[in-house]
Amino acid sequence: MLAPALALLGMLFIFPVLYSTYLGFTNLELVGSRSHDYSFTGLENVTRMLGDYVFIKSTWLTAVFVLGSAIIGQSVLGMALAMLLRKAVLPIRAVVGSVVIIAWVLPEITVALVWYAFSQAGGTLSLLLRHPDSNYLVLVPMLIVSVANLWRNVAFSMLVFSAGLRNLPTEVLEAAEVEGASAWRRYWLVIVPLLKPTIVTNLLLVTILNLSEFTLIYAMTQGGPGTDTMTLPLYVYQEAFVFNQLGYGTAISLVLVVFGAVFSLLFVRAARTQV
Amino acid sequence: MSVAEVRLKAQPGLIAVPYRRVSAATLAANVVLVLLGCFFLIPMLWMLFASIDSNPDWAIKLPSPTLANFREVLARPETVIAFRSSLILAGTTTVVTTVLAMLAAYPLSRMHIPLKRPFMLGILFAAGLPVSMLIVPVYQLYVTLGWLDSLYTTALFLAATSLPFAIWLMKNFIDAVPIELEQAAAIDGASTPRIVRQVVLPLVVPGLAVTAIYTFINAWGAFVVPFVLMYSPEDQPGPIEIYNFMGSHGLFKFGDLAVFSLLFSIPVIVLYLVMSRYFSGAFNFGGAVRG
Repeated sequence: MLAPALALLGMLFIFPVLYSTYLGFTNLELVGSRSHDYSFTGLENVTRMLGDYVFIKSTWLTAVFVLGSAIIGQSVLGMALAMLLRKAVLPIRAVVGSVVIIAWVLPEITVALVWYAFSQAGGTLSLLLRHPDSNYLVLVPMLIVSVANLWRNVAFSMLVFSAGLRNLPTEVLEAAEVEGASAWRRYWLVIVPLLKPTIVTNLLLVTILNLSEFTLIYAMTQGGPGTDTMTLPLYVYQEAFVFNQLGYGTAISLVLVVFGAVFSLLFVRAARTQV
Repeated sequence: MSVAEVRLKAQPGLIAVPYRRVSAATLAANVVLVLLGCFFLIPMLWMLFASIDSNPDWAIKLPSPTLANFREVLARPETVIAFRSSLILAGTTTVVTTVLAMLAAYPLSRMHIPLKRPFMLGILFAAGLPVSMLIVPVYQLYVTLGWLDSLYTTALFLAATSLPFAIWLMKNFIDAVPIELEQAAAIDGASTPRIVRQVVLPLVVPGLAVTAIYTFINAWGAFVVPFVLMYSPEDQPGPIEIYNFMGSHGLFKFGDLAVFSLLFSIPVIVLYLVMSRYFSGAFNFGGAVRG
């Protein structure tokens, strides 16, 4: 019964993973003589990365994107929404909750479109800020794609935190309230410690999911203007399929996997020490 | 006994004070929530308004209503092609993924298999790997096999990438079915295939539905995989169509673009609503998350 799944995974998942680990250390190209006559080049791709200005910049942009949009933005806003929804009256809770979830369910390309429209010169944002001639996707591209990504993904953190808050023991919260602890102290000294496993799980998943974000950024900016929104997944695509550097592109994707693994380990260790 | 009841009994004279404080905080929470709701609603409303506006632009404004945009988009052959391609792509991916996930999840849940734990951990790890790592070798493989530019072979790769999470999800659903039912059936002399078909399958229908809908929603919106593996204009699925629309600056009508994206978004929203009913009804996700 396992065989069909193993066959498909073997051919189109395990084999590509192993093969790309090899290709990352070759000089394979999409066209020309090196498309069939490529060879193992050892650490040449790594040396090339360290001297590649765009790669360094791309790594930095990826860090900014994941830290700003996912780790801070998505987690903080997700937690705020989850807390606020508990206090809200039913009609507001139902409407706002649904709108946030619809933003998450919409196809990514649709989100790219509505945010593209929102941030264009003459778009809603420019009218709200009273600069109708400013194209904010050119002025502050990284900020706009980060906010658009936050807008799309925050429902996930909101749902995770809502579930976590629902499972908290009510007696402890009520005891703190009866004892006269302020809302702020109740939050930091009672709720956050109790929610720690949920917070760690959320951070882990959100980091891994956002590290490989491609569609939203690519559809909005193609990595531009210049290379100002060229995060690592976009750089992999550009090197491999636009500049035909399949080997080098794969090497960059391996860096992405290493980052994902490092973050996962950090969060798993954090989860273990606190329980 | 709730906090309010405690107060009611302990400090009858002071009831008004804590109540007014609580309601002020509640009011503030509701106001902030409405503002946040606007932040989420306004970009979406642009699409809705522009789709029925006779003269839309990038900014959100009250439409002068017309159905001309809808008529125009529905009459374009490209619209029909894009929906047909997306349906084939997402449908094939969903069928392959769900069937294989069900078949794989049953033995993983019920039987003694060596290396089961490392296998499940590997599955979770695989679910987190970026598609950009797989796409180059898969492209190479598809060139060699002559598999490029086909909706069905592209769906096969989408199925492979969604399978790890689907297996993990299905295993959790099957874990939740009490094993005593199967033991009772076995004592009555039912064979394993018969137990799976007549005892387990009916009980995991909600799980199958959730897995299938989740896979379908992801495949329906998939962009990068068909973007790399497909090139014929007559087979492009919806997301690529929207992307091409967006790229042809000024050459398209805002209203048509809004209508197409709206139509393309409706199926996944409906499916999500169906799925959330299954979630709240038949199955408690808390246990599954803890795995």
